Amino acid sequence: MVRYVIVDTGASRSFPGPHPFLERASADGTVTVLLGAGAVAAYRPDPSKAAILVELGTECLGEATGENAGLEGSNTVGFARFRLGDGDPSDLVELVRQPATDPASVEVARAILEEAGLQVSVCSDFAGRILDRLIRPYYNEALTRLDEGLASAADMDLTVKLGLGYPEGPIELLERTGLHHHHDVTKALFETYGTRHYAPARRAVVAKRRAEREAGE
Amino acid sequence: MSEIRTVGVCGAGTMGSGIAIVAARAGYRVVLYDTHEESLERARRQTEGFFGKSVERGKLTREQADAALAASSSTSFLADLAECDIVIEAVFENLEVKRALFGQLDEICPDRTIFASNTSTLSITEIASGCGREDRVVGMHFCLPAQLMKLVEMSPGLNTSEDTFKAAWAFCEAMGQRPVKTKDTPGFVLNYFLVPFNNDVIRLIEAGVAEPADVDRAIKAGLGYKMGPCELLDLIGLDTQVLLCEAFYGVTHDPRCAAPPLLKRMVAAGHLGRKSGRGFFTYDRDAMYGG
Repeated sequence: MVRYVIVDTGASRSFPGPHPFLERASADGTVTVLLGAGAVAAYRPDPSKAAILVELGTECLGEATGENAGLEGSNTVGFARFRLGDGDPSDLVELVRQPATDPASVEVARAILEEAGLQVSVCSDFAGRILDRLIRPYYNEALTRLDEGLASAADMDLTVKLGLGYPEGPIELLERTGLHHHHDVTKALFETYGTRHYAPARRAVVAKRRAEREAGE
Repeated sequence: MSEIRTVGVCGAGTMGSGIAIVAARAGYRVVLYDTHEESLERARRQTEGFFGKSVERGKLTREQADAALAASSSTSFLADLAECDIVIEAVFENLEVKRALFGQLDEICPDRTIFASNTSTLSITEIASGCGREDRVVGMHFCLPAQLMKLVEMSPGLNTSEDTFKAAWAFCEAMGQRPVKTKDTPGFVLNYFLVPFNNDVIRLIEAGVAEPADVDRAIKAGLGYKMGPCELLDLIGLDTQVLLCEAFYGVTHDPRCAAPPLLKRMVAAGHLGRKSGRGFFTYDRDAMYGG
């Protein structure tokens, strides 16, 4: 079993509470896991490690490691356990590699995550990784279609659940996990990609402004 | 409106075969039509396999399965649909093909026959236009795999009569399906979301963000979806996705609805999904999904 050390850099969105991944950490090991909101800032290269895992939010891994004309890559991988807003984290970890990342480091990272009962999808270092990049335009369209009155929220949610087998419709899911969080993620994606499908939908903007006002910002 | 007893289904592809199973399972006499004998033969084989699995899984008794099979027939002659009370077309997504089919059926079928279109992107009003019975045409969009999914998006065209819509709605419920009324707008609700979403998946793969298996695992583990998008695209058929894109982009001009280059290349290479044995994944059997 690979031994790994966890370095706490602040509140972690991936592991907000107890989890086997945290419990299995050691006091020393060949792998370092930078956990928490300050992981990118705390990153320092260390070629002696089999792998360094850096927890990501909406950032790219390159913000920690730097980039080099498409040749970047080392023993460092990014990771984020997928989680929608205030919802519970899922069992899915998106593991981020760069073009020249050492495949052995990817496999070590995958192994320690899977040993803790998590599922791993490997992806390249793009904003939104796999899931946010795919689902945020869908959520934006659902919010826009609701605004346009083409279907009620209940009908839209029911249609998607019955027709596509999704466990939850887009509107009820966003309401449950916090529309203002959807705003934050889409804003970050829109800044990166600049395409209108990532621009925060009106309802998300409204929710964000209300959340800010209620928080006294 | 007279009672519906005999159901015609045009198109023996994945969707048409599934719709025929739904109707036969509900006790209707079903005539499945296709111009290609090999498609009809494959549909017969898959239908037998599906009902066999339904019996194994205790969802149907042997008697029920035998009755459904006995009530199912197939033909490559359109004239054999002459006695149908409702004809559901599930041919490929091409406005002119669907309009021509309904025009031919109008000459064959009696006045009472309702024409339903399983279109997922085209306008019901445009499909009905000029067919000779615009008031008796209704949108009836089943979901893949039709034999398992309950939802049917039902859309009246601008000229659809209230009686026709009510009769089709009642028929849908009698088959054990769950109809939802939608407007006659591009993609209704489901494909409005699904077509561009699936294209985004293909573009993400083409951009090298992740492999198909990683995308599917992320969607299933992260969001709790039963099926990953690549698996679903293979089931839909990549050639069908191209047709959906062409139909949908032609109406919406939304860049997300345009067929991604990778999709076109895969279709050109014959990688059509389950039906050809290779799409985003490889398959070595053509059994129908579920049972």
